[in-house]
Amino acid sequence: MSRDRTLPALAIACALLLGAAALAPQWLVFLLALALAKGLVVLGLVLLMRTGLVSFGQGLYFGLGAYAAALLSHRAGLADAALMIVAGTVCAAALAAILGLLLARYREIFFAMLSLAFSMILYGALVRSSALGSTDGFNLHAKVFAGIALSAGLERRVFFAVSVVAMLCVGWLLHRYLASHWGRLSTAIRDNELRVEYLGASVYRVVYVNYVAAGALAGMGGAFAALAVGHVDPETAYWTTSGEFVFIAILGGTGNVLAPFLSAAIFEGLRTVANQYAPNVWQMSLGLAMLAIIMFLPGGLWTLLRRRGAA
Amino acid sequence: MMFRIGTAVFPFLFCALASLGAWAQQPLKIGVVTFLSGPAAGPFGVPARNGFELVAEMLNAGRAPAPYATKGFGGNPIELVVIDEAGGPQKQVAELRNLAQRVDYVVGYISSGDCLAVAPVAEELKKLTVLFDCGTPRIFEDAAYKYVFRTGPHGTMDNTAAALYALERHPNVRSIAGINQNYAWGQDSWADFEAAMKALKPGIEVRTSQMTKLFAGQFGAEISTLLASGADLIHSSFWGGDLEGLVLQGAPRGLFQKHIIVLSAGEPGINRLGSRIPDGTIIGARGPFGPFAPDTEFNRWFRSAFLERYNVPPNYASYKAANALFGLKSAYEKAQKAGAANPNQDQIIAAFENLSFDGVGGTVKMSLGKGHQATMENAIGTAKTVGGELRMVDVKRYAPERINPPEGMKSEAWIKSGFRK
Amino acid sequence: MNNLLAVVFDGVVYSSWLFLMAAGLTLIYGVMRILNIAHGSLYALGGYTAATLAGAWLAAGQAAIGSYAMLVAAALLVGLVMGPLLERGLLRWMYGRDEVVLLLVTYAAFLILEDAIKLIWGVESMLLPDPYSLPGNFHIGTLAYPVYNLLLIAMAILVGLALAWALYRTRQGKLLLAVIHDREISAAMGIDVNRVYLVTFTVGSMLAALGGALTAPMIAVSPGIGVEVIVLSFAVVVVGGLGSLGGAAIGALMVGIVRSAAVHYWPEAELFTIYLVMAMVLIARPKGLFSAPEARKI
Repeated sequence: MSRDRTLPALAIACALLLGAAALAPQWLVFLLALALAKGLVVLGLVLLMRTGLVSFGQGLYFGLGAYAAALLSHRAGLADAALMIVAGTVCAAALAAILGLLLARYREIFFAMLSLAFSMILYGALVRSSALGSTDGFNLHAKVFAGIALSAGLERRVFFAVSVVAMLCVGWLLHRYLASHWGRLSTAIRDNELRVEYLGASVYRVVYVNYVAAGALAGMGGAFAALAVGHVDPETAYWTTSGEFVFIAILGGTGNVLAPFLSAAIFEGLRTVANQYAPNVWQMSLGLAMLAIIMFLPGGLWTLLRRRGAA
Repeated sequence: MMFRIGTAVFPFLFCALASLGAWAQQPLKIGVVTFLSGPAAGPFGVPARNGFELVAEMLNAGRAPAPYATKGFGGNPIELVVIDEAGGPQKQVAELRNLAQRVDYVVGYISSGDCLAVAPVAEELKKLTVLFDCGTPRIFEDAAYKYVFRTGPHGTMDNTAAALYALERHPNVRSIAGINQNYAWGQDSWADFEAAMKALKPGIEVRTSQMTKLFAGQFGAEISTLLASGADLIHSSFWGGDLEGLVLQGAPRGLFQKHIIVLSAGEPGINRLGSRIPDGTIIGARGPFGPFAPDTEFNRWFRSAFLERYNVPPNYASYKAANALFGLKSAYEKAQKAGAANPNQDQIIAAFENLSFDGVGGTVKMSLGKGHQATMENAIGTAKTVGGELRMVDVKRYAPERINPPEGMKSEAWIKSGFRK
Repeated sequence: MNNLLAVVFDGVVYSSWLFLMAAGLTLIYGVMRILNIAHGSLYALGGYTAATLAGAWLAAGQAAIGSYAMLVAAALLVGLVMGPLLERGLLRWMYGRDEVVLLLVTYAAFLILEDAIKLIWGVESMLLPDPYSLPGNFHIGTLAYPVYNLLLIAMAILVGLALAWALYRTRQGKLLLAVIHDREISAAMGIDVNRVYLVTFTVGSMLAALGGALTAPMIAVSPGIGVEVIVLSFAVVVVGGLGSLGGAAIGALMVGIVRSAAVHYWPEAELFTIYLVMAMVLIARPKGLFSAPEARKI
């Protein structure tokens, strides 16, 4: 049996990224921060995909997390990033706990479309609200973390470092979860749900818990993204954002908890490069890159690393 | 032998170096952000890019008329780095961080969402950024910036001027309706117009306010509702494909005959739709641009140069793009005159604040937002087809102070107060 | 009374437009189990090609009535070219892969086609208003409506009937239905599933392009018109039940009329209507309105 190298890999990645948080140029810190935030959302998606469900509505929780975090500074005057992250996660988890009761009964395309419908309803509500800036959104300012005031210019690095630590904790937790009894039930449900029911386990419960977890992760990602960008707008809840998450999930594959973060970073990099060097045809470049990856790496980018390791 | 070669070579070297010295300055790199893809590219993004490129070329060749005759910016050639504004505010923030490393100044941004998102980032990066088109007044009303300027007047004056004109020409209007796109621009435009009409003529009735999905393109049901509403006047801030759809679908059904239609930002549609726009339609250009530009030599130069190069006349996006570059150039050269041969950002900023410069279309005064936000006069006119070509007749101009809020007052509050000074 | 009639008529017009798009999509999904995101690009291609062909036709001074034929011809052209191109050139290499992967392949194709359209036709919008205004108006009460709307409705009904006839009355159609019902058994019975796929995708593409071509005279054909169509057609297809033509028609009618009512009476809600309808239908009937009962395989 090959040794499970995930924890060492996570630790190394964490150390490298913390180094980057301290030393890398601003634009790289920003790119990685956004990639990490999206990676958290995609991690939740991967969990759902392991259960056999594809959600096209993670934008709902991503947007909710971002707005919850931003509203703390905008309305309540609390500019503490730690509170914002907690708020984003908790609000998203709460909504997921309610919607999950309904959505856990659906499968396949209907699950995807219903989740999409809910995210678009949030989008519509945000667009209608001129108090929240409608499609222009609004800016958020966070100068404090857990009560510690941060000097200007340092905040983004600190938030990034926090997200790296979050990646470590969440990644490790999820890895243990997937290897545990509950996680194995999830993959069993993906393979053959009926048999799992016949064997006595509650499919509904497993799907529900996974859904809430994915929602919470997306909310956390949304809060981190809002902190990184400094601005929230309804586009975070739009279906194309959700579609982007699904794409990053497929790109990385569902093999390992690190895959989402890796593919999110590569996706952000690809998009930046495409926009810089081919500003007139960046959509086409992105599409071609996607096709190439789908065709030649069917299991996602992670299989590149797996193959080398297994041999 | 060596000495001979040396003496032979040395004069050439000297000449080479000397000529290099005359144009020795490295080009100033200007990042340009505008829509190159998506629905905003056709009406705004590409005309703006064309305006930027034309003006940059003319300036570098020294072919711009006075007071812009010096080559480039004060002798330094300028080089444009153009990127696509498509993708949403999150993406634009990322792009700005990348762009800021490669360029000296940033000019651009059409979408209000993008402007709002990038302004604090430009401030954080300490990069001089000139916004040129976005409409939301919130940029300098909700916050103050040192590194961010906007050389285009903001959207409030589009609808205040439109309301003033509509009531002057049609004082008997008793009810209004609106059809606007359901996003910030459309919502704000309608809110401004409605508030302005109510302030100018209290008791005016609003029959219906249609808020269409952005880029819906088809307005069958909406036009039916408007026709059935019986409103005297209908306001729309539509642009691009939606505007064209409204005219193409509404005109045959009599929408424009049965109601007075006000297109507050309709000027780019003139080039596209021409005589399809029915007579009597009230059109605004977000400033004294396009057909409303005064017939000065400066305007004639710009218009003919643009027409010759791109085969279409410049629309308001092209005008505002040109003004952004002329404004930056003016600030740069003013800082030069104050003593710095190669002014740094702080010196340019000091020169830019409260600057007043000659823009295409009229004088641009950076008089709001603590000297960072431009105001210009506005012009509204009525469409009339003469000899197969659409002309704007009955043009009325409004002074900037009449249609813009005073410094320190928010636009929304100002309109509701009845345009109080 | 007149107002109610106007609401219903507006709803039916919108529904016809939706049906044209949804019919192709539901067919492709039913047979091939692919959610074709490139459907939006095919719609746009149909619009652009129609604008080009009909525009050239009219500019050459030909009879105006021929421009309508040009619209249909454009749709056929796009379908016959793009259908096999996408199916044989791209999708065939991906069969057997996960459904989501196929969806992403169509998304990649959509991105590529969007820029391809921009490269070919540029960013300026194309206008083709003559076929729209030519037939003139008719009146419901005091409201004027273009006769073109009636043409649109007629076209949708015609297409619906033709498809229904082709599916349920011809041998080829029954083979298609068999494949929709169960791909494995059909293949085991000797049906050339690959050919069925090609035909289905081509017909689906033609229908999408027809939607675009018939819409072209009403709108400004410009970049990005394909994007919104995607979600709208998906919603209708899901509401109606995937693979069901009748479902697509009913779904389109529901969405169209509810939306029209919203526009007339409660405009702020218009943005939500389609998603609310979809959510409510799915809550009531989790697999859509007309989904075939599926035997569960253990």
